[in-house]
Amino acid sequence: MTARMDKRFADVAADGRPVLVTYFMGGDPDFETSVSIMKALPKAGADVIELGMPFSDPMADGPAIQLAGQRSLKGGQTLAKTLEIARRFREGDQHTPIVLMGYYNPIYIYGVDRFLTDALAVGIDGLIVVDLPPEMDDELCIPALEKGINFIRLATPTTDDRRLPKVLENTSGFVYYVSMNGITGSALPDPSLIGGAVARIKAHTSLPVCVGFGVKTAEHARAIGASADGVVVGTAIVNQIASSLTEEGKATDATVPGVEALVRGLSAGVRSARLAAAE
Amino acid sequence: MNQAPKLNSFRGGPDEDGRFGIFGGRFVAETLMPLILDLQNEWDNAKNDPAFKAELEHLGAHYIGRPSPLYFAERLTAELGGAKIYFKREELNHTGSHKINNCIGQILLAKRMGKTRIIAETGAGQHGVASATVAARFGLPCVVYMGATDVERQAPNVFRMKLLGAEVKPVTAGSGTLKDAMNEALRDWVTNVDNTYYLIGTAAGPHPYPEMVRDFQAVIGQEAKEQMLAAEGRLPDLVVAAVGGGSNAIGIFHPFLDDESVKIVGVEAGGKGIEGDEHCASITAGSPGVLHGNRTYLLQDGDGQIKEGHSISAGLDYPGIGPEHAWLNDVGRVEYVPIMDHEALEAFQMLTRLEGIIPALEPSHALAEVIKRAPKMGKDEIILMNLSGRGDKDIFTVGKLLGMGL
Repeated sequence: MTARMDKRFADVAADGRPVLVTYFMGGDPDFETSVSIMKALPKAGADVIELGMPFSDPMADGPAIQLAGQRSLKGGQTLAKTLEIARRFREGDQHTPIVLMGYYNPIYIYGVDRFLTDALAVGIDGLIVVDLPPEMDDELCIPALEKGINFIRLATPTTDDRRLPKVLENTSGFVYYVSMNGITGSALPDPSLIGGAVARIKAHTSLPVCVGFGVKTAEHARAIGASADGVVVGTAIVNQIASSLTEEGKATDATVPGVEALVRGLSAGVRSARLAAAE
Repeated sequence: MNQAPKLNSFRGGPDEDGRFGIFGGRFVAETLMPLILDLQNEWDNAKNDPAFKAELEHLGAHYIGRPSPLYFAERLTAELGGAKIYFKREELNHTGSHKINNCIGQILLAKRMGKTRIIAETGAGQHGVASATVAARFGLPCVVYMGATDVERQAPNVFRMKLLGAEVKPVTAGSGTLKDAMNEALRDWVTNVDNTYYLIGTAAGPHPYPEMVRDFQAVIGQEAKEQMLAAEGRLPDLVVAAVGGGSNAIGIFHPFLDDESVKIVGVEAGGKGIEGDEHCASITAGSPGVLHGNRTYLLQDGDGQIKEGHSISAGLDYPGIGPEHAWLNDVGRVEYVPIMDHEALEAFQMLTRLEGIIPALEPSHALAEVIKRAPKMGKDEIILMNLSGRGDKDIFTVGKLLGMGL
């Protein structure tokens, strides 16, 4: 399964451009719309998909993703249904890597072994679990790696050179560099500072480094993509979905096309990133 | 030879990873990990530093008013007709509850770490007031996150915090209670990790908080033990305390854990009854899960989503409990029982009338359990209860429930 992720990063690198990683919340605003959004993402230019698993207490997320999680849970979303979204997606796409992103408790309650077995069965390639630092690797990271699922770790500005080796030790797939100390959806920091941070991480690992937190526009994606192997966009997509909903939070005809249009723009941004850097 | 070693102490935890059995741990975002490790270093150094200990004791004696008295509740004992009832009078501390013991300790640590900004979460407002107090005393800006529901039902404490110079930020997410305030405080911390110290108010959260808060609160049990030996020449037969997150309870329990003759009971908020969802009895009616940095008993659904609890007492309105309590329950050393809203309210009135002490609604839960047990015990037996806070903050809530206009 790791092969799908590695192949995608290698293929895109061969194209001479950064990878576009797109996040959306599973079940937002409802199960079926979510399946449609996921299917639309690769067509609009997404290379890797992060599928959010909603949690009642998302301690590292800003208001946009908090609200997306609330909409999703209100609609009856569960971890089992999030895996079902992935299964439906895989029926028509065998190549786009899927990373599940969320918090540990729903996985713990589902049962770690059962979760990993079911995740493999529906074609999940990686996990990002925000509240499992390396000190907690026995919980999920090691069992996931043994099953052949990538465990993608976040590195942050507070992860100094002394700590980086510990963070990278059991990381696979790619490294997700969080561009600032803060919650999802914060303002983008100065892109010129990000180049140095990416170089610092790359000195410790041969894994691709993707950068997220604060990337909202094609221009941001282009600027970040000049130095990073990949660009992660989450809150902008979640906000796009939210802005298309009715007052009651129901999907409209504009929901899926709105996401498509946004991602197409972001995709154009990453595709011009290296050209811009070369100028 | 292969027999499992018998536990020779209940006071040895946590291990170096912050575990009490399967409970505890460090379930936090990577951004916070370096800081959590720094805090642990600083705490390890401080607890072995005589100067730190001396400063803590000096402030305890002259600022908090320690030791707090051990009081024999003569009229209540006579009324119930059974065991002798003693109160550890933590409600007489500066700021009106046990919370200040922990706040003084942690602000000294924050200063040692060179932090310049304090954040805290609060439910009933007692921890918020205590945090705002020590922040004023040490000249640091303080932001207190408080659920919007609690801001409304604990108005006097909100005003106190503002007078003390703290900024009170109401949190509207979720049901606007302690859980949501803690989420928001964690979000602030992740964002301002460089200069900010998170002053957690209860014996929960990521390691080393549960251990550290317990050690700052253990002064309650240490004093009570000495005072009881002086008053009665022996240890109590039963120790009772209310448990929300569980800091006042672990503070009075911990020094007694290895005294086999002492029975220990923690009282959870049974709300409107543990059959439904309107309670906060995490141990009685919850299951192990991971929230706010630790594994512990939580109120949650089958998908691992955390439920909103309910209690008449804002200080007990939290769907989890400190990890050491979870462990003490599982190893059978402490018994945890629920008390309903209405039972706490009756106990509140009884103590007010019989002893002239207005207790907070939190220790009123412990008192209700004492009222149940004392008559069934012998007159030569002794109960020690932690009277962890005073009830001034609750008079509006109680007035409303009793249909009395203020």
